[in-house]
Amino acid sequence: MPNRKLAVLVPILVAAPLLASCTENAKSDDSDPRSITVVSSDDGCDVSKVEAPAGTLTFDVTNSGQKVTEFYLLAEDGLRIIGEVENIGANLNSRLTVAVPEGDYVTACKPGMKGDGIRADFSVTSSDEEVEVSEDEQAMIDRANANYLAYVQDQSDQLLTKTTEFVNLYKTGKDDEARALYADARVHWERIEPVAESFGNLDPLMDLREADVAEGDDWTGWHRIEKDLWPEEAKGYKALTPKQRMFFADDLLKNTKKLDQQVDGDLSFTVDGIANGATGLLEEVASGKVTGEEEIWSHTDLWDFQANVDGARVAFEGVKALLETKDPELAETLTARFADLQELLDAQKTDDGFTYYDELTPAEVKQLSNAVNALAEPLSRLTGALLDRA
Amino acid sequence: MKQPALSRRALLTGSAAAVGVVGGLAAAQAAGSADTPVASGPAAYAFHGDHQAGIVTPAQDRLHFAAFDVITDSREALIALLVEWTEAAERMTAGGSAGPIGPTEGDADLPPDDTGEAIGLPASRLTLTFGFGPTLFRTAEGEDRFGIADRQPTVLQPLPHFPADALDPERSGGDLCIQACADDPQVAVHAIRNLARIGFGTVAVRWSQLGFGRTSSTSTSQETPRNLFGFKDGTANLKAEESDALAEHLWVARGDDPRADWLAGGSYLAARRINMRIETWDRQSLQDQQDIIGRTKQTGAPLSGGEEFSEPDFTMPGRGGPIIPVDAHVRLVHPSTNGGSRILRRGYNFVDGSDDLGGLDAGLFFIAYVRDPQEQFVPMQTRMARSDAMMEYLKFTGSALFAVPPGTSPGEYVGQSLFA
Repeated sequence: MPNRKLAVLVPILVAAPLLASCTENAKSDDSDPRSITVVSSDDGCDVSKVEAPAGTLTFDVTNSGQKVTEFYLLAEDGLRIIGEVENIGANLNSRLTVAVPEGDYVTACKPGMKGDGIRADFSVTSSDEEVEVSEDEQAMIDRANANYLAYVQDQSDQLLTKTTEFVNLYKTGKDDEARALYADARVHWERIEPVAESFGNLDPLMDLREADVAEGDDWTGWHRIEKDLWPEEAKGYKALTPKQRMFFADDLLKNTKKLDQQVDGDLSFTVDGIANGATGLLEEVASGKVTGEEEIWSHTDLWDFQANVDGARVAFEGVKALLETKDPELAETLTARFADLQELLDAQKTDDGFTYYDELTPAEVKQLSNAVNALAEPLSRLTGALLDRA
Repeated sequence: MKQPALSRRALLTGSAAAVGVVGGLAAAQAAGSADTPVASGPAAYAFHGDHQAGIVTPAQDRLHFAAFDVITDSREALIALLVEWTEAAERMTAGGSAGPIGPTEGDADLPPDDTGEAIGLPASRLTLTFGFGPTLFRTAEGEDRFGIADRQPTVLQPLPHFPADALDPERSGGDLCIQACADDPQVAVHAIRNLARIGFGTVAVRWSQLGFGRTSSTSTSQETPRNLFGFKDGTANLKAEESDALAEHLWVARGDDPRADWLAGGSYLAARRINMRIETWDRQSLQDQQDIIGRTKQTGAPLSGGEEFSEPDFTMPGRGGPIIPVDAHVRLVHPSTNGGSRILRRGYNFVDGSDDLGGLDAGLFFIAYVRDPQEQFVPMQTRMARSDAMMEYLKFTGSALFAVPPGTSPGEYVGQSLFA
């Protein structure tokens, strides 16, 4: 599943604006000192207040012009972005909700999305709703990004190593050994899948399931080989010739190398990108692994399941320190829910990995699914919490 | 064809069931049926006309769609059923009973010829629309059971496998179909139930689907409704008022297919049961949801600005690519992406309880009417399945294609031109 904002190469915070048409403006309450209305025209920026008490501020932004506009709340230096909403089309409306501590700030509308925008000073006064600012927030962000990058690169290296070994076994007809390595090699793919997906075209070449292939299209990658190694349940299946095996094996290895090069290249992360990656991995579990639709021939779905959860947990733990300064309750909930899910997975561990999906009882699948939902729901709030979105 | 008896059902609505009053007020408005929003327009739609009702008819709120397999090889039995179905449909769409006698008017020693659950209910704008699947002309084994194989339209072929199709054969295909739409679900179900009963021995129900909350408007007089993703859907739909566009994109014309001139004035119906991964969708940020659809959730305006019916500007740059993303749904299904082709969508939301994992077994029962499915529907569905960001949240579980014969005049049976 393509995750929509994962490898964000420019460290920009991403807002989740509420777009609406100005005919039905979200109510901006003038009597609320923390509620500010902004009208952005093609040559103006009308901000209804010049100051507000510290706390959670709401900027209700309407585009009354013809050009696409943006709105920024910047730090006193006019450079650091506290919050922003982008891509507001003509006549549309968007909302920025952001927790802001006492201090001096700058507002900016950017009709046409270019230049410094139309700026004005904005001050936030002290209040009993004081927002905590962690001294070392930037340090935490930097550490989270660096750690996650290292994790991704390490998994990609391991994927390449094991894929090389796997395709050699497969090409030389050592099917038992290839089958034994299959799920184990894929683990490294599944742990960083959203990153692989951010390189657009590689994912369908490497990880497409048969059901996802359009009539007349080529089907390549892991699952093509999976079917050839586990043909028992494939009605009327014709085994691949050594020459065909060679083709699919080399193709998979070629794309794995490409992925590894990309990951070792100019890649950087943002905390919201990491958080979105964690959310995306849980989506993968919910829509593929927990239903047994990922590994329909080998039934090694639980290996993938565990790997997706690993990847999500690593991503979460990377930003946990930062989350604890912003929403300690959410941090606690997520920690507990990861543990609950892991307990269920541990119960399915066997000597050589996990129970095969087709050997799970419906009750066990349901239990796993419940735990996935229990984790995915609060996890979907992680990105917003890290960005101080209330 | 005899006039239907003045049924108890019609009596209770305070009017005689009127038959074949084109566009006129056929029956009095329901005296406040709790579930039926009283809207403007006629209270019943005529069954007869140039085209079958239920296509450009303003979409009603409820659906019961059924697909049937023909279980006889007798051409006569099939024609006899179509005649009987036509008569029953004339009566029921006018607010009358399924059979000529009525639910309680017959001999006490006999089962009634109408099942009775619509006693006291008005016509509820019921329409019944009949279609013929590819397997009616030629079975999967290639058998021509009814001597009509040489009249099978060239484009009436089972739809190809699209990416992300996880079709359940038990919910796909069919020799015949009936689309029952009404403002009251009890009326739609009553119609299908009674038509299925009439068909016992000749046909068997293969699958059926209930739907609610129409997801498209087929008339400019209707608000665009919302699908279960919470978005307005089908804003750019073909509308009944656009007669030139209907002639171009919707109705089959004489000469479209020399083998199938019997279909002139008819159309093709593509049905797709699309399960939505509701729980996963609900965890997406508002912005991501809007980027996936390409419209705002609040008003349905395209992300390029304006109001709901403003034309989307697909070239307008935004921060990091076009403001309407390249994989946004609205872009991929828009006529400008599909060679100017437009379709008439007439889908419904469905919730069939919950699945084994406690997720809603819910989604969109997509129905589209087109003049040429291979030219209009297949490329659009392929494009969508390959590139649409929304596909992540969809699973296609049922699929069928039918040729929808033209409308009938009084005294004709539905599909008569095929067997003439």
